[in-house]
Amino acid sequence: MSDASIDTPASAQAGDAGFGDFFALLKPRVMTLVVFTALAGLVAAPGAIHPVVGFAAILFIAVGGGASGALNMWWDADIDGIMKRTRRRPVPAGRIGPDEAFGFGMALAGFSVVMLGLATNLLAAGLLAFTIFFYVVIYSMWLKRSTPQNIVIGGAAGAFPPMIGWAAVTGGVAMESVLMFALIFMWTPPHFWALALFMRGDYDSAGVPMLTVTHGRRATRIHILVYTVLLALLAVGAAFTQIGGPVYLAVALVFNALFLRDAVAIWRRDEAMAEADNYRVEKRAFRLSLWYLFAHFTAILAGAALSGLGIGGLGIGVWS
Amino acid sequence: MSFREEHELHKRRFGRNLGLGLVLAGFVALVFGLTVAKVTDDDFVVVPAQQQEGY
Repeated sequence: MSDASIDTPASAQAGDAGFGDFFALLKPRVMTLVVFTALAGLVAAPGAIHPVVGFAAILFIAVGGGASGALNMWWDADIDGIMKRTRRRPVPAGRIGPDEAFGFGMALAGFSVVMLGLATNLLAAGLLAFTIFFYVVIYSMWLKRSTPQNIVIGGAAGAFPPMIGWAAVTGGVAMESVLMFALIFMWTPPHFWALALFMRGDYDSAGVPMLTVTHGRRATRIHILVYTVLLALLAVGAAFTQIGGPVYLAVALVFNALFLRDAVAIWRRDEAMAEADNYRVEKRAFRLSLWYLFAHFTAILAGAALSGLGIGGLGIGVWS
Repeated sequence: MSFREEHELHKRRFGRNLGLGLVLAGFVALVFGLTVAKVTDDDFVVVPAQQQEGY
């Protein structure tokens, strides 16, 4: 590029994005969840993995998750520009062009899958490729704008990382890795529906058929309660499997009791009550849901660490 | 003759190039580490030349 550009306006324009803008395309906050849950899957898996290979596996899973985020932002730039929560993202804000975001996402997707396959095994790479496909094509392109079940089915994409971490070590899929998948899968709907309840109008104006828009807020409150009850059964039940243990059971009992308390409170409230206190309970449930998932996967990690030290932790053997 | 102050646009480009350079350097280090980890692994076997000729 010639230096004539020195006198061009300094305002943000496509092609002149900073490093931070490209990093923002990767949805770093979602990536932390991906890294953490993949790490839990990798550490809890039976068998050994070289620390460098384990680090590389987590990194490539994170990059794959970031690639999904970039492709999602490329596809959703139109509705991201409408919603308050997302209008400052690099593509709708004009700092990165849609084509750049698409190329960046595709390149990272291919890179992460190939590198994960070379570093670990083909199953882990295949699961990562499927996760990216599921999030971008099944969720973003198809379900998100066509069905109120978008969050339920789309939640599967965010649930794969611990399975990939597990597969990176063992080369296979097991009941325990499926349980970790199920934990995130069942957690996603109440987490997002709580957000949708207090982010009033955002999804409506963007035309995204969230449950709050298509079936009303009363139905959403009922759905949150039902999913939270099912989640609690699953989360506590997992304590009696290979990924469970006394640490996990204690954490699961406390956090599921708290989450159920909030879900019941949300169910018992109506819109007038919620508006009166500015959605205090819904916001509290949303914040708790973040801690909920963090606590469960920390407990799985802690159990694995204790088990590694030989002082009990993971496994049915602890309970027998 | 004095140079004009660096334009914000160029600062942004420099930041992007520096970031990319660091990412690439990190990737080189990671591939090196992976190679060392793989070849020092107990399962790593070098196929003898005689067997290779059989292909």
